[in-house]
This record gives sequence, C-alpha cells and structure tokens, in this order.
Amino acid sequence: MLSAALLFVLVLALSVGSESISIFELSDQQRAILFDIRMPRVFLGACVGACLAVAGASLQALLRNPLAEPYLLGVSNGAALGTMLAFVFLGSSGVAKPLMAFAGAGLATFAVYQMARGRAGMNVERLVLAGVIVTTFLSSIIVLLTSVLDAARLRGFTFWLLGDLSQATYPGFYMTLVAAVLGTLFLSSQARALNLMMVGERDALDFGVEIGRVRLMVFGFSSLLVGTAVAASGSVGYVGLIVPHLVRLSTGSDNRLVVPLSALAGAIFVVLADTVARTAIAPRELPVGAITALIGAPLFIYLLRRN
Amino acid sequence: MLEVHNISVAYGSRLVIQSVSFALRDGQIVVLLGPNGAGKTTLIRALNSSVPLASGEVTLEDNRLQELSRREIARSIAVVAQENETKFPVTVLEFVLAGRFVHGRAFGWETDSDVEAARRALSQCDLAEFSERLMNELSGGERQRAVLARAIATDARVLLLDEPTANLDLAHQALMFRLIRERCVGHGCSAVVITHDLNLAAEFADEILMLKDGKVFASGPPAEVLNQRNIDEVYNVQVLLDENPASGKVRVTTVY
Repeated sequence: MLSAALLFVLVLALSVGSESISIFELSDQQRAILFDIRMPRVFLGACVGACLAVAGASLQALLRNPLAEPYLLGVSNGAALGTMLAFVFLGSSGVAKPLMAFAGAGLATFAVYQMARGRAGMNVERLVLAGVIVTTFLSSIIVLLTSVLDAARLRGFTFWLLGDLSQATYPGFYMTLVAAVLGTLFLSSQARALNLMMVGERDALDFGVEIGRVRLMVFGFSSLLVGTAVAASGSVGYVGLIVPHLVRLSTGSDNRLVVPLSALAGAIFVVLADTVARTAIAPRELPVGAITALIGAPLFIYLLRRN
Repeated sequence: MLEVHNISVAYGSRLVIQSVSFALRDGQIVVLLGPNGAGKTTLIRALNSSVPLASGEVTLEDNRLQELSRREIARSIAVVAQENETKFPVTVLEFVLAGRFVHGRAFGWETDSDVEAARRALSQCDLAEFSERLMNELSGGERQRAVLARAIATDARVLLLDEPTANLDLAHQALMFRLIRERCVGHGCSAVVITHDLNLAAEFADEILMLKDGKVFASGPPAEVLNQRNIDEVYNVQVLLDENPASGKVRVTTVY
C-alpha cells in the first residue's frame, strides 16, 4: 500500500510546480523542465527521505531512544562538514563529497556515542545533550569554513546547510539510490537483533546477540546513508524522527517492519515536503529542511515530554 | 552441566569475585545468598560470560565459555535479570519471542513453533491473557514474570535468575519458584538463583552458596549452611531457626 502511495506522490510531485505539467502531454520546454530539473529533484528527494528515515529508525533502536535522529545527534552536521571540506580542499569532484560526508558522519556518530555513554549506561538526556554539543561544535567549524567562501557561493551554502534539493543532479540521485538500497537491505537484515537491542543492551547480549558487530554495522550503514544524503541535499532535519515515529504508530515496534517501511514512508514524506517547499511561495523556493523542521520540532517536544 | 573453576572478576583494580568454585549439576537449583555488594550479580553475570574473568574458567558441558559464541552460550544459558524498561511500544508476546532469537537465523521471522513456545511460556507464567498488552503498561510484578517467560521460551538448559521474586506478591513468589523447580526436576534443567529470602532458599535450594566480600563463605545443602553462626557472620543479624511444619525444611525468623 505504501508503495502505491509512493508512486502516486511521485507522479503528483512531478506534475506540480511553478510550471504545472500534465506528464502525458508535453511541450519541448515542459519536457526539459520535467526531465532535467524536476525529475532528478523528485527522485533525489525520495532517496534522501529513505536514507534519513532508515538511519533514524535503526539508530533509535540501537540507542534505545526514540529521540535519536541523525540531524539532532550531530551526525548530519558531521556529514555536512565532511562535504564542505571536500568542496573547499578537493574541488567538487563527484565521489569526494559523499566519501568525506560518510567519514564525517561516522566520526560524529562515534563522538556522540562515546560522550553519551556513562558509567551507568546511556539515558535520554545524556544522548540529547551529547548531540547538542557535537552539533554546535561542528556548526562553529562550518561557520568558520564559510568565511572563506565568496558571497554568491555563501548563499548557495546557507540554503544547502538547511537542506535543499534544488541542486539535484542525476549522478547525485544515482549515488543516493545505491546507498538507500544497500543501507535499507543491510539494516533490515539486522532488524531482529535490533529488536533485542531496543529492549536493553545487556538483554541482547544475554540472549545471543553479538552486540559489538551489530553496533558497528548500524553505525557504519547509518553513516553511509546520512553521508550520501547530506552530500546530495544538505542537512534535511527531523526526517529520521518523524517518519519512524509515524511508522511505529501504525505497525508497532518490530524493526523488521519499521526499518523497511521507514524507507518508503521517508521517501513519501520528503517528496511531499519538497513539493510544498517548491510551491508554497512560488516562483520563489524554500529549503525543504525548513518544512521538515517546522513539523519535526513540535513533534520532538511532544515526544520528549511524553518520555 | 556448568562448572566454575576458581574464578575471579575485577572491576578496575578491585576484585569483586575472588577464587569462587562450584558445580551446577543437571536438575539442581543452586541459590546464591549474601548481603548487598557481596558480588552475587557479578558472579551470575560471569556464568554466561557477560563480564570478563580476571582468572579461572567457566565450562559448559566441558567447553570453555570463552571459546563459545554468544549464540552458542545463549542457546544453553538463559538469564532473568533485574527489571528493565523500554521506551518503545513492545508487546508482551514480542518481548517473549525475543527469547527465540537463538533458534532462528539472525534475521527473518519466527516460525510457528517459536510462537508456540512463547505462548506456552506465557501461560506457564500466568500471563496468557497479557500477550497483546504493551510491556510498559505492565506492573513491576507482571513485567518480572514476562522476563521469566522470555527465559523459559529459550528452552535453555541452564537458567540464571537475579532476584526473580523481587517485585512479586506472595502467590507469584511461590509460582516463580515452583516453575523453576518444575523445570529442573521435570526437564533436566538447572538453575542458579539469587534471592534475599532465606526461607525460599531453604525450601527450594539443593545447594546454597553463601557469599561475603566476593568470596564463598559457606556452601552446601540448606540445612548445613543456614545456621546461626553463618547468618550472623554474613548478614550481621540474629535469627531463630526451627523447622517449617509444612515442609520439614529449615525456617528462619529474624529477631528485630
């Protein structure tokens, strides 16, 4: 059912925009808009949504915390910093950005995890605080780096940092598609172990989970997902919080459902949010990250209070 | 079944378990007694290799635990730890099914026989009607029984239980120990149980291991271990001992 919904949303998003297009009767100009601009953007949005939602769902189970989210943990910022470093020092070659973003995401994940882990284990507050610290620290480095950019590139970067799909290209889409498919498959394969980890790390160990290996897998693949998503579209926030939460509301907590369904629901969510971003004040555009944050921040507060 | 050879466990430079040895034979219940901080929980965690040993070794049917994988250990040894809470909406049945993790592949779905084993364990623990309820809606005692049900659902031959009756009312304390004994006598399982209730220990233990400061202070059958001198030395309380008229076992009454 979700697949059908995704298909519907994709067609809808392709038709709607500053220039309304019926995808069945096209003029040459409309054809150019559809294939060169709108299509890579919509497809990239779908992949980015899948990446972020799957990363969020698995990090939440692993860290036993429904508030864990790549953006809030500073993982997205790690990836953003990696992307910027690649851009400033290595030029904008195709593979360097996602690779550096992957490395940045991985390092940020590791840093947050080490900081959040106390003698008495990990609690919600500690994890959120560690995320805030890593996020602000990385933000300040990003700000320092932006000072070396000229004004025109700066505006582009500011948009990109907020999460922006307007620079979508086919190569970017292909790379995120590969990451989304690989990441979803591998993380789904760990879902049964994650069901045990979600209840307690010690329980999982007692009941036969090789927790070190699962942790490494989840950190590695969620960094890959977040890294490629951020390299292509900047830090679209809160997707990893909102989507798994909605999926859990309808299916329960079994990660064998939550992880793969988050991929589909995440794709739908970001494509919809980006359609709003494109059309709300057309012909001008909003960064999609602004839309997702508008929905996500209140939800975060609600979940925190309920905890 | 499970043999402990002269093990020590250290947290940093502090030895919390020192030179403990004992054997757990098929069908046997060994109860660990001792005051808070005596090392009971650490000892039980060493028995499934979830804390590293400073020295000595634990063998499971003549295999050294360190040489077995987590899955191999979990297939034979199940744990009932002290209470845990999850922030996710997990149903009781899903929680108990986690005990079947070691039987399937690491991924994929539970089979019908897994679900059957989980339901059987639930009804043994008096939780049959609770299977679709959420874990975080249960009372402490109900959750504690769900934790036992999960351990039973594993079909493991050794049960390690850390204060399984801590949150239970009188009826369910008795149910818990009856279940443990039934599994040991009827199914050839064996169990190591931590409790603070000396009378439950007297009633159900085949052997008692009394710990003090990480060392075995006394060990043997309840009638031998539960004497005035041992209890005074280990717990520093005065007790009266007589015979329980219902079972003929030792009865311990604290003098306040």
